[in-house]
Amino acid sequence: MVAFAMPTILTREQVTAIAALAHLELDAAELDLFSRQLGSILDYANQVQQIDTTGVPPTASLVPRQTTDRPDTVGPSLDIADTLANAPDADRTRLEGGFFKVPRVIG
Amino acid sequence: MSDAATVRGARELFRSRARSATDLCRDAIARIESLDPALHAFNTVVSEQAMARAHAIDEEFDRWRDAPLAGVPVALKDNLCTRGIRTTASSRILEHYVPPYDATVVSRLAAAGAIVVGKTNCDEFAMGSSNETSAFGPARNPWALDRIPGGTSGGSAAAIAARLTPLALGSDTGGSIRQPAALCGVIGLKPTYGRVSRFGLIAHASSLDQIGPLTRTVHDAALALEVLAGADPADATSAATPVPPYTAALTGEVRGVRVGVPRSLLEQGVDGDVSRALTAALDTLQARGATLVDVELPYAKYAIPVYYLVSTAEASSNLARYDGVRYGFRANPEPRMPNPDLRQMYAQTRARGFGPEVKRRIMLGTYVLSAGYYDAYYLKAQQVRTLILRDYEHAFQGSGAVDAIAMPTSPTPAFRIGERMSDPLQMYLADVFTVSANLAGLPAISIPCGFTRDRLPVGLQLTGRPFDEATLLRIADAYERDAPWWKEAPPILSAQPAGRDPDSRDRRNPPDHE
Repeated sequence: MVAFAMPTILTREQVTAIAALAHLELDAAELDLFSRQLGSILDYANQVQQIDTTGVPPTASLVPRQTTDRPDTVGPSLDIADTLANAPDADRTRLEGGFFKVPRVIG
Repeated sequence: MSDAATVRGARELFRSRARSATDLCRDAIARIESLDPALHAFNTVVSEQAMARAHAIDEEFDRWRDAPLAGVPVALKDNLCTRGIRTTASSRILEHYVPPYDATVVSRLAAAGAIVVGKTNCDEFAMGSSNETSAFGPARNPWALDRIPGGTSGGSAAAIAARLTPLALGSDTGGSIRQPAALCGVIGLKPTYGRVSRFGLIAHASSLDQIGPLTRTVHDAALALEVLAGADPADATSAATPVPPYTAALTGEVRGVRVGVPRSLLEQGVDGDVSRALTAALDTLQARGATLVDVELPYAKYAIPVYYLVSTAEASSNLARYDGVRYGFRANPEPRMPNPDLRQMYAQTRARGFGPEVKRRIMLGTYVLSAGYYDAYYLKAQQVRTLILRDYEHAFQGSGAVDAIAMPTSPTPAFRIGERMSDPLQMYLADVFTVSANLAGLPAISIPCGFTRDRLPVGLQLTGRPFDEATLLRIADAYERDAPWWKEAPPILSAQPAGRDPDSRDRRNPPDHE
């Protein structure tokens, strides 16, 4: 039993808030499209609310038996030059082979 | 005579020195060059690299002679990482990504002597049911070029159906190996969750994803699984369960085998021709000695909503890594913004790098995981996932237990390109019979079981017990012996002057067994 009503359509404000959480910049057309489409998908998905799941444990993963332990030994790592080759911006000259660069974080 | 368009045939030709690895590789590349402009099965073809590798294998023939896949050209879905070969997941955001490492399955194929010829088209980040969400345009169905090949491993399925390579790998999160296999008339095997390492597979939904082979025959799928399966220290979810010799299970014997049929699930929404092909296939299995048993899977009808709640939640988390920092596309800040910050860079990179279906799923997954909705959607879906799992456990255990469950792989044959793109929900319903095997972690195979009146392939799906791929393969192989649909050639091959299969005589019945 859920304590609140399920939405049949998401408002533009709700969609904007979800997009912010997901780090997605949406334009006006996408906001309209997604508020309609996500609403109809959620409407369809709401049929699971009819099912009595009292006392049913959730299944999050199907990892067989137990997860595997292994010795904590040093193995080969990725090649730094190969790895940085994919970076949109990097400094390859400092800090033992280089680092990724991002836009300014602190003003 | 050996058929170079099967794994078994190519291997025999190589071993007997009738054809060198170089010959086999050159032929595969020639077929791709001839047919792929119409099919668009490949995102990337690595002709020079493949020929160099084939040459190296020929140079050391004695070393490679007995390797299980020596000289076999293979196509890899473009979401499997290949060191030094562009791996895009059919997304703009990874359009120029060159992985610094190989996926475990790629290393295993290399150790077995296979030759990678290219990377196949798929839905963007393996999200879709038709290959139409690919940022590079859809692959096409070799049986009807105006139709979808299925998705998400559509390029791999089209490549096998058009005889471009004898072996392709795909990945299956909700049917992405089996559904395109069915719609293109080839074999597609989704192994048990944990049977094959996922290391190096670009993650979509980590509790559902599994890598598997697409081939023309059941024998070839069994042989490929022998190479691919096994524990991997790099994937903690891979299982230590021993890998049996799957090819040895192909005895043709199905007497005493019990095949469950969930008839009430199949009452609605299945195309008439698909339904008739399924019935005929079940009759064939019964004639060979299998027993058909009615089974009930009461919660299977909820598999689609559960799947789209669970998979989008996992995807929204997995795709958070595409932020324009370590790899992939980065949007340049808008000139009008005087002080672009990190968050704006993330949001604009993702807005321009991802296509509409990927955005839709990230949004849905973010929503169902968000505060206030988690319990109602994500937790609820995980609980119903348990009920779906219990349905299968009940069918596979105890008195009246069955060895496999039979369904159509897809409720309809291949639809036309563009037909369902405006309605995402309608597209999701294409997965109605495939998603529950992923939710329950079970192995499932799709095998060709005939054609519609429009000459479009139909697939039979068999779902089995965890880690019992051997039984599935045995049943599928027994069926294939009586119904060798794999010998039928799609019309795109009829235009080719050489190397094609003979045209079939009867459009509705399987060709004679050799």
